[in-house]
Amino acid sequence: MARPRTISLLAAIVTFAVGVAFFRRGIGRGRERVDVYFDDGSMISLSDGRADRLLEIARAAL
Amino acid sequence: MDAAQALADLTEISSQIREAALVGPDGETIAGSESLARAARELIEAAGAVRTEGVVSQVEVSTAAGSLFVVRESDRLVAATTDPEPTVGLVFYDLRATLRSAFDGDEPAEEKKPRRRRAKKDEEAEGGDGEA
Repeated sequence: MARPRTISLLAAIVTFAVGVAFFRRGIGRGRERVDVYFDDGSMISLSDGRADRLLEIARAAL
Repeated sequence: MDAAQALADLTEISSQIREAALVGPDGETIAGSESLARAARELIEAAGAVRTEGVVSQVEVSTAAGSLFVVRESDRLVAATTDPEPTVGLVFYDLRATLRSAFDGDEPAEEKKPRRRRAKKDEEAEGGDGEA
């Protein structure tokens, strides 16, 4: 019954790798943030696609 | 105060700040890094497109490699890069103070306040004292 055991082991490794990838991606996204403040005192925090251009400028400057 | 001196004071006071730049009214780099000044102009322009109403006064872009800050007062900008996870409020405060000290005595026309005129009574009273 070596075959089912191998499949189980492979499935566990793949699940672990996918989990790690999602976790790291989540951490990376959590650290990237754009806050835009306006003269009327309001603030917008961007984390979706609208932040891409601003993040790109910042990455180039950093 | 001289703009270069204001930037030097900023980097000396704030240990979080790596690099800084000042941008003048015509978009020219007054002091500091040319590439950072360009990034500041681009960032303010891009941030302005986020919302149609209101004027962008400051921007913080936080990445894993560090943060980029830009503060605008009228048509002048100051930008700075910092290490990751800086004390945001403190950086903004220092940048605004730098912007004001760099352009001290060089207020934009629309922000100039009319000088208060001394009351005529005071002038007369002083004149009267002088005569007595």
